[in-house]
Amino acid sequence: MNRIIEKSHFSENVVRLVVEAPEVAKARRPGHFVIVRTGEGGERIPLTIADADEKAGTITLVIQAVGVSTRKICALEPGDCLTDLVGPLGRATAVGKREGTVLCCGGGVGVAPLLPIIKAFKQAGNRVVSVLAARNKDLIILRDEVAKYSDEVIIMTDDGSEGRKGLVTAGVEEVINRENVAEVVAIGPAVMMKFVALLTKKYNVPTICSLNTIMVDGTGMCGACRVHVGGKLRFVCVDGPEFDAHQVDFDEMISRMRAYDNV
Amino acid sequence: MTDIDKNSLRGRDAEWRRELRDAMPAKERTAIPRAEMPMLPADYRITTNEEVNEGLSLEQAVIEATRCLDCPTPTCVDGCPVNIAIPDFIKNIQRKDISEAARILKETSALPAVCGRVCPQERQCESKCIYNKMKKAPVAIGYLERFAADTERLAGGAKAAPEIASNGIRVAVAGSGPAGLSFAGDMRRRGFEVDVFEALHEIGGVLKYGIPEFRLPNSVVDAELDSLSAMGVRFHTDTVIGKTLSYDDLLNMGFKGIFVASGAGLPRFMGIPGEELSGVMSSNEYLTRINLMGAGRPGSDTPVLKGKHVAVIGGGNTAMDSVRTARRMGAERAMIIYRRSEAEMPARLEEIEHAKQEGVEFVTLANPVEYLGDEKGRVRAMRLQRMELGEPDASGRRSPKPIEGAIDEIEIDEVIVSVGVSPNPLIPDSIEGLDVTSRGTIAVDEKLQSSLPLIFAGGDIVRGGATVILAMGDGRKAAASMAEKLLGDE
Repeated sequence: MNRIIEKSHFSENVVRLVVEAPEVAKARRPGHFVIVRTGEGGERIPLTIADADEKAGTITLVIQAVGVSTRKICALEPGDCLTDLVGPLGRATAVGKREGTVLCCGGGVGVAPLLPIIKAFKQAGNRVVSVLAARNKDLIILRDEVAKYSDEVIIMTDDGSEGRKGLVTAGVEEVINRENVAEVVAIGPAVMMKFVALLTKKYNVPTICSLNTIMVDGTGMCGACRVHVGGKLRFVCVDGPEFDAHQVDFDEMISRMRAYDNV
Repeated sequence: MTDIDKNSLRGRDAEWRRELRDAMPAKERTAIPRAEMPMLPADYRITTNEEVNEGLSLEQAVIEATRCLDCPTPTCVDGCPVNIAIPDFIKNIQRKDISEAARILKETSALPAVCGRVCPQERQCESKCIYNKMKKAPVAIGYLERFAADTERLAGGAKAAPEIASNGIRVAVAGSGPAGLSFAGDMRRRGFEVDVFEALHEIGGVLKYGIPEFRLPNSVVDAELDSLSAMGVRFHTDTVIGKTLSYDDLLNMGFKGIFVASGAGLPRFMGIPGEELSGVMSSNEYLTRINLMGAGRPGSDTPVLKGKHVAVIGGGNTAMDSVRTARRMGAERAMIIYRRSEAEMPARLEEIEHAKQEGVEFVTLANPVEYLGDEKGRVRAMRLQRMELGEPDASGRRSPKPIEGAIDEIEIDEVIVSVGVSPNPLIPDSIEGLDVTSRGTIAVDEKLQSSLPLIFAGGDIVRGGATVILAMGDGRKAAASMAEKLLGDE
């Protein structure tokens, strides 16, 4: 059982929870995720780790209420417990000094797992430009935290209610055109990552994405998360969650993510 | 004299054993028909998850035990991977000392109630029974094992564990399946402080997530877990060794030895077109959703597809578990698709028979070559290549060859791929210096010690994919080796 220490809302459906998990807080690196379960009949769902405080023994999770299980988690209050939390799972992000700008782009709640990666690239001595995108300004999260570790932040909204009006790809293309971008990290909805990958492939800029496929155990056992990367079958939970975005079969991934719609 | 000789001869010269042997001539014993396992009717079975086999009555068990000739050199013991003292426990059943029978089983097998249910006895102990030479059905050793363990458990005997003094040496176990549990029990009995770490939220490994309740009820597994807890074994769920706790963390926590029994991992797929369609999944995913997560039962948030026409690809026990589960989930048509003929199927005979009774169709000498999807990316049909048997291959089984042009299309809405697993890479990947084989299994010596002196390994993470009894045997062997090493180091 993992107790919830703190809760805040980014918007009506997006919640930030600080959860007691001392071993995970100590072991996690940027890019890792956890599997959580709420209630005795609860489903196991993967959530990326947005932040961790090793001293306090806590990790931060950002959850968007979209289905039965995420709604249950978002309804929890400080003092309540997650029934189970296991991790950190997956492979950590390969962070290092790059010969050029590291361009980090996050869509919606994808900004949460992106934040520790932004932080790590900045701390590794890189110039970091971040592009945050969402439908409208209420759905832009963690802008101040991202700004703290970025040399520049570009905000894109579909309706122009904050930053510039347009899609994430417009912001990404602008930066690629004006400076030497060594690597792009894209985390967000599958469709967003697909279009960022198509764009950066055109410019031949190496791009990493983090996949949020369906999982059950999260430890390599069930194969629900499988996706073709460069024509090879890979398991997101143990081989990922990060992959070369230019090699990921996003159409397959998007189709498979609908496997349990209306079931 | 080896341990096996001691076990098989022990007690045979006892007065009561001689009396039992003299009480009935062999001819009369061998004329007794083999016990038939009472079981639930098939039409009821497919409406429930209740255990199919109901177990022998005391009367049936005593008669079956009487059939055993109490051979001077019992070949059945050689057929058992862990060399259980089979005639010793059987003859105790015959004289109705069931708790002594259970005690003898527990000496060698950590989980007799489990093994009595899931061991492939027809290929092990029972295949070596002297009755086979007489062209008669072998003694039902598995039924008797189960009978003794169940009777003891239901009488509450298994829980009365004596206090075990601690030797103060801590050992850790990664994985709570059959290998990990048998290791834990053995080490605790030797006085070690044992902590078992399980990645999932439930203890039991494959006994919980894999084998369905209609074959192995959770209550049977839980009773075994309770008796280990009562002995002082500590269990920790939600802990992935190599991730949550590193090798160094374990050493810093004071563990002097680590047994890795993390099991078989990654499910294999065939790599054919359409395998990525929704509705195509591994048997691990299907069974985990239903057995571990309770999908399909009230109160469970985990979804599961309830296909009407379900194809299960493969001929092993996991395939049988999946196809029989599909029938219970309401499949009108549940098919086993197997590329060889029924004679080559690796599944237990009992599983195949039970599946047939439950209305499962066996489509043999057929191999899927493609799955076809609808506009939503869901599987709607498969193309089946018909096969014929050629020459025996490396496994000794006749290898299947496609019959040119013989391809059928069959409508289906769910596919469960059950063609084997690869070892879980999680622990080998996260512990530096731990050698693995070319197949990805942890490399060990004959004492089950890995390339790192503090780490031993056993079960499917070493074997790649084997049986519960072999995994348990590894647990016992590793316990003996590690105890010898740690006590020798003192």
